[in-house]
Amino acid sequence: MKVRNTQRHADEKVELQMTPMIDIVFQLLIFFIMTFKIVSPEGDFNIRMPLAAPSEGIPDPLQLPPIRVRMVANADGSLRGVQMGTRTLSQENPFDDLHIQIREIVGDDTGPGSVAESTEIELDCDYNLDFEYVIAAITAVSGYVADDGMGVIRLVEKIKFSPPKVPK
Amino acid sequence: MRLKKKSSAGMAEGDMTPMIDMTFQLIAFFMVLINFSEAEQNERIRLPSSELAKPPERPFEAPLTLQLTSQGTVIFGGQDIPLAGLKSTLLREAQLLNATPDRSVADATIIIRADRTAKTGVVQEVIQACQETGFERFALRAKQQERRT
Repeated sequence: MKVRNTQRHADEKVELQMTPMIDIVFQLLIFFIMTFKIVSPEGDFNIRMPLAAPSEGIPDPLQLPPIRVRMVANADGSLRGVQMGTRTLSQENPFDDLHIQIREIVGDDTGPGSVAESTEIELDCDYNLDFEYVIAAITAVSGYVADDGMGVIRLVEKIKFSPPKVPK
Repeated sequence: MRLKKKSSAGMAEGDMTPMIDMTFQLIAFFMVLINFSEAEQNERIRLPSSELAKPPERPFEAPLTLQLTSQGTVIFGGQDIPLAGLKSTLLREAQLLNATPDRSVADATIIIRADRTAKTGVVQEVIQACQETGFERFALRAKQQERRT
């Protein structure tokens, strides 16, 4: 009897009401699982485009004219070709080519007063071109990821669009 | 004696501790990852990806998110707006911004979340509509993605 008595005491010690706690814990778990939403990281390309006044007067003589990047689209919206200024860029990797060209022009000096700061890109796209090519072009001209994979080296910050070519 | 044996001691037999440990781990995991921020993200829009799209260091001052579907409609504030009706909506927003002290339309940033198959011309028309109502700053949003080599 004595032994049994002690056993019973031992039983009483672990006698905790687990059920309500586990209920609540599972409730919480279900709640957090249900409200869980994976958000992929997103970033922005800043474009500053005030409405151009039609009579701007004499343009700043020190200001270089913008580099025109012309993107021609096929009927289905895919990219047919890219032109930078007057030269046509390679058919296979037009954006890599564009990136190399821009790096040649801008050089690796960035910062205040540099070529990169005064250079301006004007994107001239067909109306039905898919938007992803625009982002690809902006990516190509605006910078590149440094060789060590850390940080971004900026090239051209000033990007603007030509007026849209609304189909007749 | 029989009664005592039947009593609750036998029921809580299994060791609950590991399970509860795990469950709390899971709860902590989901609690940390949850975000209640009402990020304006519509599932219909598949953003174009770019390796340079880094999340901004500090949030924009007065952001307005315009989402552009591949069909060419604009989603603003949870509502589908046809391109033609966009300008009146923007005009209202611009007036609201100008009426707020130390805020003006020129400080506001329009975040454009356009679908990757959206027409560039439509994006430009959206920008044009914004410009005509006085907005100057734009941010084209893209999904961050490492470059495939």
